[in-house]
Amino acid sequence: MKNFLSTKDLTKEEILNIFDLADTFRELNTRGVKKAPALAGKTVINLFFENSTRTRTSFEIAEKRLSADSINFSVAVSSAQKGETLIDTVHNLESMKADIFVIRHECSGAVKFVADNTPVPVINAGDGLNEHPTQSMLDIYTIRRAKNRLEGLNVTIMGDISHSRVARSNIWAMKTMGMNVRLFGPPTVMPNDVTSFGCKICKNIDEALDDADALIILRIQRERQGELLIPSAREYARFFGVMPHHFVKMKKDSLILHPGPINRGVEISSHAADSDKSAILEQVENGVAIRMAILCMVDKGIKA
Amino acid sequence: MRIALKNGTVVTDKLSVCNLIIDNGKITEITDEVPQTDKEIDCSGKIIVPGLIDMHTHLREPGQEYKETLLSGSEAAVAGGVTTLCCMANANPVTDDSALAAWIVKRGKEIGLADILPYACVTKGMAGKELTEMGILLQSGVCGFSDDGKPIISGEVMRRALEYSKYFGSYIACHEEEPTLSDKGVMHEGAVSANCGLRGIPTEAESVMIARDIELARLTGGRAHICHVSGSRSVELIRRGKADGINITSEVTPNHLTLTDKACADYDTASKVNPPLRAETDRQTLIAALKDGVIDCVASDHAPHHKDDKFMEYDHAAFGMLGLQLLIPLLTAQIHAGAYNWVDFARFTSENPAKILGLTNKGRLNKGFDADITVIDPVTEYIYDEKVNRSKSVNTPFWGKTLKGRAVLTIKNGKTVFEI
Ligand SMILES: [Zn+2]
Repeated sequence: MKNFLSTKDLTKEEILNIFDLADTFRELNTRGVKKAPALAGKTVINLFFENSTRTRTSFEIAEKRLSADSINFSVAVSSAQKGETLIDTVHNLESMKADIFVIRHECSGAVKFVADNTPVPVINAGDGLNEHPTQSMLDIYTIRRAKNRLEGLNVTIMGDISHSRVARSNIWAMKTMGMNVRLFGPPTVMPNDVTSFGCKICKNIDEALDDADALIILRIQRERQGELLIPSAREYARFFGVMPHHFVKMKKDSLILHPGPINRGVEISSHAADSDKSAILEQVENGVAIRMAILCMVDKGIKA
Repeated sequence: MRIALKNGTVVTDKLSVCNLIIDNGKITEITDEVPQTDKEIDCSGKIIVPGLIDMHTHLREPGQEYKETLLSGSEAAVAGGVTTLCCMANANPVTDDSALAAWIVKRGKEIGLADILPYACVTKGMAGKELTEMGILLQSGVCGFSDDGKPIISGEVMRRALEYSKYFGSYIACHEEEPTLSDKGVMHEGAVSANCGLRGIPTEAESVMIARDIELARLTGGRAHICHVSGSRSVELIRRGKADGINITSEVTPNHLTLTDKACADYDTASKVNPPLRAETDRQTLIAALKDGVIDCVASDHAPHHKDDKFMEYDHAAFGMLGLQLLIPLLTAQIHAGAYNWVDFARFTSENPAKILGLTNKGRLNKGFDADITVIDPVTEYIYDEKVNRSKSVNTPFWGKTLKGRAVLTIKNGKTVFEI
């Protein structure tokens, strides 16, 4: 593939190919010398127009383990603040002979806009409310490692669905993998036309947890989406968070995932985050391997 | 000079293949005879309609001449069969002053292609607070009052504007948008926005303001013209208001009659417009409401923008689409699809706008009326490209698309102002 922008058009086979390649990198990452030559001599620019230490670091580690020359270009030090247009910035970096762009942008569709206007392969590291496809791949990969299958699993995505790119990427990819996706969250952060996602909408947390093989708990960002939509942290925790008393109702082997950073005591209790159901740290570990796999595929132009 | 438009399909209350005679800037005869004339123009196979009257354009001069000027806008107008156009007041400076209004009228006459009728602001500086000098502005040639581009947020201001403009027999053209509901939205809120992650503008951002203004028109007896209606609920409210005898009229754009929010799904900024392209059910409602008279007329909301204003992130791109040269092809498509006939066309694009604007001697192909006439080729296909386009800007989802229906001859006061 030339670009990795969205999970919408990925086929089952393409996703499984990513997972297979990630398996080999996951193994590499446990060795003493964690280095592969795949991207030696290649320049990868992490172009972040929105802060994200976490995703950027994960990409940076992935790039370095593949021996790429990894450059971080973030908005705080960029010319975007001086009024340069997005595409002018991109053309500038292009001229420095970048081989891959990894882009995070606050506007939905902006990463596709760049990809449409540059010959350099582009990986979407999150665009606005739209998609975060590498996160989705690592989420599903983590579930598959735990369950050894995906088809027919019940997954509930919980939280601010309206403003979540993680939710969107996961909905598309999980449906492709034959998983039953259910959505749950306060009505103020569910899209107006949420039925168009083709997912079951849970009426309450009991329905959300019922028979769930995995929960994707989204981070609540009151400071970003405005205090209007979620009245308070404690209100959210009481009605929409995963609390210790819920554990009795959950499947024994259900898995708890969270894209991080977690808000303990808000969308997820410490009890849940630290329990043996939690796969949160494994997600982080798998994230590096998944991103290595996607970087390789994009670099080689291999059909995933 | 006496001119005969021969053998065209002349659109009045019916269609008749006959000869239309123009003399001294007026329509003198519609006849089956072949009277003696100085010049004959063969119009066989063509449709002859009264020159289009476009109640809603943005011509960008003064202030943004790199997007459009009164000259380029006039050229686009006559190429689109439009012989009279109203330009909105949100240029820079805004038209809140009689000298500027008079200058626009004068400049339009100098250009001599189409009549340019400026709107003046409802409020000084378009700031939504104090009323403009409506009486003086009317004397300098404005056609009505509008803060279009922005809603009038204060109900009190809208009330007083309706009351005061009524005294002069004028009206308020309302851009209906409740700004806290539209907020940071960039497209219609619905299934498509949910799927592509663009922030949505609910149809209620429009309809709640329409509800308010219908109530205020009722209170004051003033006249409200609802601009660019986009949603089904808005149509329903206007239908009820009209049934209650309230003094309201409304318009729809050709773009909203043709396109839906699906056009936004791949983040093409050409699809970004305010009000946004709505859902298919809304579009169907608009088509029907125009036919049955709930919506009175079609206006282009021609909103040219430079390439640079559109070549960017969808969130940051300018709102607006070209319209002047799309009135004919997009309505022709509706006619070919069976939604309308040519008598409807003439009513939507000329007769009803003339009534709303109070223009006498325009809007129909009547004996004695001004010879503002558009001859349309309804069948030949063409590509909307730089050869066809007369606007300075190219921001339209129809750029490069094959269209059918085009003005081949536009006559203003008996003079040819456009022909191909
Ligand atoms: Zn408007």
